[in-house]
Amino acid sequence: MTAFAPSRPARRAAYVPSAELVPDVLSGSVLAVARMISRAESGYAEASEALAEIYRHTGKAHVVGITGVPGAGKSTLVAALIKAFASDGHKVGVVAVDPSSPFSGGAILGDRVRMSDAAQSCQAFVRSMATRGHLGGLARATLQAVDVLDAAGYSPIIIETVGVGQDEVEVVTAAHTIVVLSAPGLGDDIQAIKAGILEIADIHAVSKCDRSDAPATVAALRGMMTLGPGRPGSDWQTPVLPVSSVSGERVSELKDAICRHWDHLRDSGELHDRERSIGRTRIFGTARQLLQDKFKRDVAELDTHVQAVVSRTMDPSVAACLLLGWDNEVLA
Amino acid sequence: MTDSSSNSQGDGARARIDVNSPIRVLVAKLGLDGHDRGAKVVARILRDAGMEVVYTGLYKSPNDVVSAAVQEDVDVIGVSLLSGSHLPLFQELGRCLREKKAEHIFVVAGGVIPEHDYAALSDSGVDAIVPQEARSDLIVTTIRNLIAERGRI
Ligand code: B12
Ligand SMILES: Nc1nc2c(ncn2[C@@H]2O[C@H](COP(=O)(O)OP(=O)(O)O)[C@@H](O)[C@H]2O)c(=O)[nH]1
Ligand SMILES: [Mg+2]
Repeated sequence: MTAFAPSRPARRAAYVPSAELVPDVLSGSVLAVARMISRAESGYAEASEALAEIYRHTGKAHVVGITGVPGAGKSTLVAALIKAFASDGHKVGVVAVDPSSPFSGGAILGDRVRMSDAAQSCQAFVRSMATRGHLGGLARATLQAVDVLDAAGYSPIIIETVGVGQDEVEVVTAAHTIVVLSAPGLGDDIQAIKAGILEIADIHAVSKCDRSDAPATVAALRGMMTLGPGRPGSDWQTPVLPVSSVSGERVSELKDAICRHWDHLRDSGELHDRERSIGRTRIFGTARQLLQDKFKRDVAELDTHVQAVVSRTMDPSVAACLLLGWDNEVLA
Repeated sequence: MTDSSSNSQGDGARARIDVNSPIRVLVAKLGLDGHDRGAKVVARILRDAGMEVVYTGLYKSPNDVVSAAVQEDVDVIGVSLLSGSHLPLFQELGRCLREKKAEHIFVVAGGVIPEHDYAALSDSGVDAIVPQEARSDLIVTTIRNLIAERGRI
């Protein structure tokens, strides 16, 4: 059996150099923005200068991270927020991250199912992104995608993380405002506590408040919040807000809280601290990635060291230093 | 893992990290067609072949689907249609692709599509039609072949 696929050689587009895409990105061309995000994801060397140029035009957008366990209602909430922000005249950008299969490297990116109507009616830019093996709740190129959207004039830019488990809180150092979403009835405890992400929230939202078990979750969370202090060095009071994305109830209150937090960051000067921590984390993260890439490229050298470590003629620390081209003294 | 056949990115486009980043496919249902079993099966087949699959849900207009495909920068729109309305829907899809300057995106059709409609669909811009009884490897190779012919953009 064969597929019906007559060949049509001449129809296809050629590679547009990334430098030529930059002006179109800056003027907000959806095609150019979308292509530039793909180039960042693929890590084309050819695109690095263009991305550097784009970065110079960023720093305007309010970046909002939404995190919570799978099924909490993140995608549905993002759809509701798109509408709420758009009705205030905002041009909303979204990057929604889902995991890649560790077996095939492929992925099914399903967040868009819930957002497509909102994206269409509000002219929001929604991009689905697979983790491609990156841990921490984001994809490696998530923040570059945010850069591209920022430079193209989108704000706010909402990041939906992979459903978090322990340690998957990279978004904390990626966004200005962190919304932790908990769903009622997903077990006795509040999932945010289990996942160890209670403290990272600037705003706690409880989804599905159209359901009768929601008030208990809200009460439990409010109880927890009175126990501990907020972020060190900040006088922001973390609110606990019930929302229903389905009925639309209280979504605008959540939107207002997100805006209030942004104002707070700017008025208090905390924005500067967040920007510094985002910058630091991005440098560290990229450095680590570049090293990993280098090690993976120099397979032969790596193998030699692995062999030496396995046969106990060299210890792992020395091997690591040799790979880095550093002297042993660094360890001292 | 991912496909390795195609890598013609044109002048000066050297890959730093991921020479063969996964093929991206939007799996779409067009119009009033509630048969979504096939679309979900196809999504899994493509995922297991190393592709990144964006699923957009039921009851989408050609315009919705093209807008989504542009933002997602997919290589292929894979449409699953069992309702019998494929002729007008694919014609409209082709028109939206031209209108949004997105003709670089391939269109692959599957579902219940009688052979006598193949030529008309091809004229509307459908690049490949996979027969309903096709095994999963034919679905995968059909898509890979299209990308291989074009190269990455
Ligand atoms: C199951 C089924 C239903 C289920 C659907 C459940 C669901 N959620 O999907 C229910 C009972 C709801 C249903 C309802 C109806 N159905 Co019905 N249904 C079927 C049936 C028996 C099987 C379809 C199926 O799921 N197959 C299993 C999947 C896995 O196979 P598949 O979809 O063909 O997909 C495979 C390939 O085609 C291919 N493929 C599919 N899509 C794509 C896309 C791409 C890009 C690629 C590469 C490959 C590819 O890969 C898949 C995996 O191998 C077909 C009969 C048939 N021969 O197909 C009728 C059929 C599709 N139904 C039909 C009809 C008429 C209806 C109704 C209108 C009946 C009515 N009068 O109420 C309603 C319409 C509902 C609606 N809202 O659209 C007709 C359509 C007639 C036509 N096209 O001219 C069919 C053909 C039956 C018939 N012979 O009359 N149906
Ligand atoms: N009743 C109710 N259900 C909701 C609400 N928000 C989301 N859901 C449902 O919760 C499920 C998971 O939603 P989804 O947004 O995909 O969650 P995610 O995995 O966190 O992105 C879906 O079945 C939604 O329909 C809500 O406000 N009320
Ligand atoms: Mg989701």
